[in-house]
Amino acid sequence: MAVEVRVTANMQKHLGGLKSVQADGTTVRDVLDDIERQYPGFRDMVMTEGSLHRFVNVYLNDEDVRFLQQLDTKLSEGDVVSVLPALAGG
Amino acid sequence: MLCESILDTIGNTPLVRLRKLSPKPEVGVYAKLEGHNPTGSVKDRIALFMIRAGEASGELTPDKIVLEPTSGNTGISLAMVCRAKGYRLICVLPDNVTPEREALLKAFGAEVVYAENAMSTNDAVFMAQQMLAEDPDRYYMPYQYGNENNPRAHYETTGPEILRDLPETDVFVAGLGTGGSLTGTGRYLKEHKPGIKIIAAVPHPGDLVQGLRAIEEGFIPPVLDESVLDGRIVVDSLSSFAMTKEVMEKEAIFVGISAGAVLRVAVRIAERMDKGNVVALLADGGWKYLSTELWSRDYELAPEETQGTIWW
Repeated sequence: MAVEVRVTANMQKHLGGLKSVQADGTTVRDVLDDIERQYPGFRDMVMTEGSLHRFVNVYLNDEDVRFLQQLDTKLSEGDVVSVLPALAGG
Repeated sequence: MLCESILDTIGNTPLVRLRKLSPKPEVGVYAKLEGHNPTGSVKDRIALFMIRAGEASGELTPDKIVLEPTSGNTGISLAMVCRAKGYRLICVLPDNVTPEREALLKAFGAEVVYAENAMSTNDAVFMAQQMLAEDPDRYYMPYQYGNENNPRAHYETTGPEILRDLPETDVFVAGLGTGGSLTGTGRYLKEHKPGIKIIAAVPHPGDLVQGLRAIEEGFIPPVLDESVLDGRIVVDSLSSFAMTKEVMEKEAIFVGISAGAVLRVAVRIAERMDKGNVVALLADGGWKYLSTELWSRDYELAPEETQGTIWW
């Protein structure tokens, strides 16, 4: 399953300067593992002790996977996964 | 409506049905228009609760200066409450807010300090905390991100108003800034209407994150209780702009950019429902965003201008 993974500017240096990369996998976890193979160190930035870093939100298309099946959220061909930092407003 | 003070006009905002924006007749989309508060935003509610709580606890005394990091609306609301009550206020702003915000802050008598090289509200938070640490006796910092009176204001006012006006509410959507309106309103609604869904709309951070050097500099406001949320949906700037224009064109309702994002999410959820009611909390009116010329020009032509500015 090929999906596109997009990151924000502050994470591009961990993806060789790219804004988005193609990755394979049937779940969010698989896809993060695949990116780790392509760009070692990426996973440690977004995950700690097997779960998502609390300051990182991962969206399947536009929905936060924490409220779906977390890292086990299933993906479909052509999905877009966005890795975004948590920010505040107000 | 006879009031003893401007502070008595806060809250009790209208809940308006959006018939033309509802995707099907069996699903109602309702907008709670927080722009009807005295300074034109939902933040009047929390400003009043936080200042009153500071007075009640004895932490806020007449000799203290109120100090708050804010991207705008909370500062304007605090400025109104502080002026009404006679306190001096200093607001720490990131340097990419719309010019209307600074003008409004000054109109209400607040002093404005810009956080150096600040690309996000996070930087303003750190600067205000430094100022407080250097001179703790001089300031009283309500600190909306960590003050329980922020969600409490919504628990005691916004939530009850919604169920009073529309007991058949099934879904509540609000923007995630401090998390106060989602946490407070959400808690009240869940306690009184089991099964209700609480959905957060968040802005796509886009290029705002350039000032963020590491993930560890991310920020989750302590007042946000994520266990209240049933979903979080991200909305990019262009989609927010498009819906802000659409609600004006279809419903003659003039709201700010974050309200457009919240409505976008509300309509999306309504499309998935067979029947029921979705309430969208629209944080402010469009006045502070007129300088964007959103309503008078073709914003699709200049997407780069939508990046790097704080909309909520």
